[in-house]
Amino acid sequence: MARLESVRQPLGTRVPSSVSSVPITTVTSRHSALVRVTHWITTLCFLALLVSGIEIVISHPRFYWGETGNVLTTPFFKLPIPSSRALVPTGYSYVLPDQNGWSRYLHFQAAWVLVLTGLLYIISILFTGHLRKNLLPRQADLSLRAFSAAIANHLRFKRPSEAEVWSYNLLQRLTYLFVIFVLFPLVIWTGLAMSPAFVSAFPLTVTSLGGQQSARTIHFFVSVALVLFLIVHVIMIFLAGFWTRVRAMITGRAANAPMERT
Amino acid sequence: MSNLSRRKLISTGLAATAGVAGLGVAARLAQKYGLVPPDHAGIYGLGETLTYASQRLLTSHSLAREFSPSQISKPPFANEMAPANDAFKRLQAGGFDDWSLSINGMVDRPTTFSLAELKSYPSRSQITMVQCEEGWSYIAEWIGVPLSHLLGLVGVHSQAKYVVYFSIQPDWWESIDMADALHPQTFLTYGMNGNELPVGNGGPLRLRLPRQLGYKSVKFITRLTVTDSLKAFGKGLGSASPEGGYAWYAGI
Repeated sequence: MARLESVRQPLGTRVPSSVSSVPITTVTSRHSALVRVTHWITTLCFLALLVSGIEIVISHPRFYWGETGNVLTTPFFKLPIPSSRALVPTGYSYVLPDQNGWSRYLHFQAAWVLVLTGLLYIISILFTGHLRKNLLPRQADLSLRAFSAAIANHLRFKRPSEAEVWSYNLLQRLTYLFVIFVLFPLVIWTGLAMSPAFVSAFPLTVTSLGGQQSARTIHFFVSVALVLFLIVHVIMIFLAGFWTRVRAMITGRAANAPMERT
Repeated sequence: MSNLSRRKLISTGLAATAGVAGLGVAARLAQKYGLVPPDHAGIYGLGETLTYASQRLLTSHSLAREFSPSQISKPPFANEMAPANDAFKRLQAGGFDDWSLSINGMVDRPTTFSLAELKSYPSRSQITMVQCEEGWSYIAEWIGVPLSHLLGLVGVHSQAKYVVYFSIQPDWWESIDMADALHPQTFLTYGMNGNELPVGNGGPLRLRLPRQLGYKSVKFITRLTVTDSLKAFGKGLGSASPEGGYAWYAGI
């Protein structure tokens, strides 16, 4: 037990009824139920937003800076893909079928579920101490030496340390904090900045970004950043042991280190 | 131990019951205050209702952004469209002199206005953005008569909830709630950038609704119907858009 005090308290110490008969050293909780449920809802919503977002972009794969942009305007950049609209000059001889109707319905529905799930997650990590204990960097890690050691360990593909069975390492913490408190708020903000009704009530949400087309362009880049995070996240799970980590995120159980790591 | 889990069970049960009851109350209140869109049935109903209800509560009186004359897009942009039908071509051959707009439904005095009559009312102009759901946009000066002025002339019944508007082109019609119909920036426009409204941009008469995406600003308007229910129009989903897979409310 003393070993674990610096990191996460096993679930068993807080809810004795559920694990009192199980020795705490064999099986305990890596992720709380709230983290697990919000994680998978977020995963589903993100995939829905990604697929529908790609479909919407296909109807106009050109990006602009400022307030306005259309096929008569010089684009900031173009995606080298075919379009679902004949009006857009793409260099391809064919036009893809229009999928915007259901894509827009799905995009906004998934956005609502994601935002509400995210709010629930943020409020509860503030109250349960998950933010302080598992996401904010530990005092000991707040040095350049700890930071470079963490990067060096990652570059050497070093297996996770004992403590990481129960909590997150420094780079994980910084990445998750960035995704939760920078990328997701930005993607929601730039999304709302494209809504003509929303900006009629809150014009600063779009003027502060330089215009409606700038908001659309930033929305695209933040989405790309989120996809890059997803790719790295999945690669790291494979490196750390795919089934152990996925099972931990589904059941919450992480078998104790020495037995599982062999 | 059993005490703890019983307490947990009871509190979870209470929370779940309160949640379900709360949702029921919320749904009834939303219905009562007109916060449920006509295309709320189906798997995307939750998202559509949340979007429409929250934007209605936040934006019922807000004004769409207006721009300076220097921000007007040059050259002006006109989207592609279906070939005009014979009725349109006949009126076009006559210089649109015989174009008219009829208003009927829940009004005291159903009236048909000629284009010249519409132009005789005090005209208003706004420099606003047309934003397409596809992602492109342009800014233009729109000149016309506010819809609220015409609705005042015909006398709208107090129980009216929606205005349905029809293009001369077949299967092209939309509807808006009274908050949008009476909004000061909802115009029937006949001019653009200081000139007549070009056919490519919806001339001779287009309904402009700058707080919603471009597809709600229907071109070539000939008829408006004021109603308290959208069930009798088309498939009852509110407009032609949901019948083609697009959302009725396009504020986002």
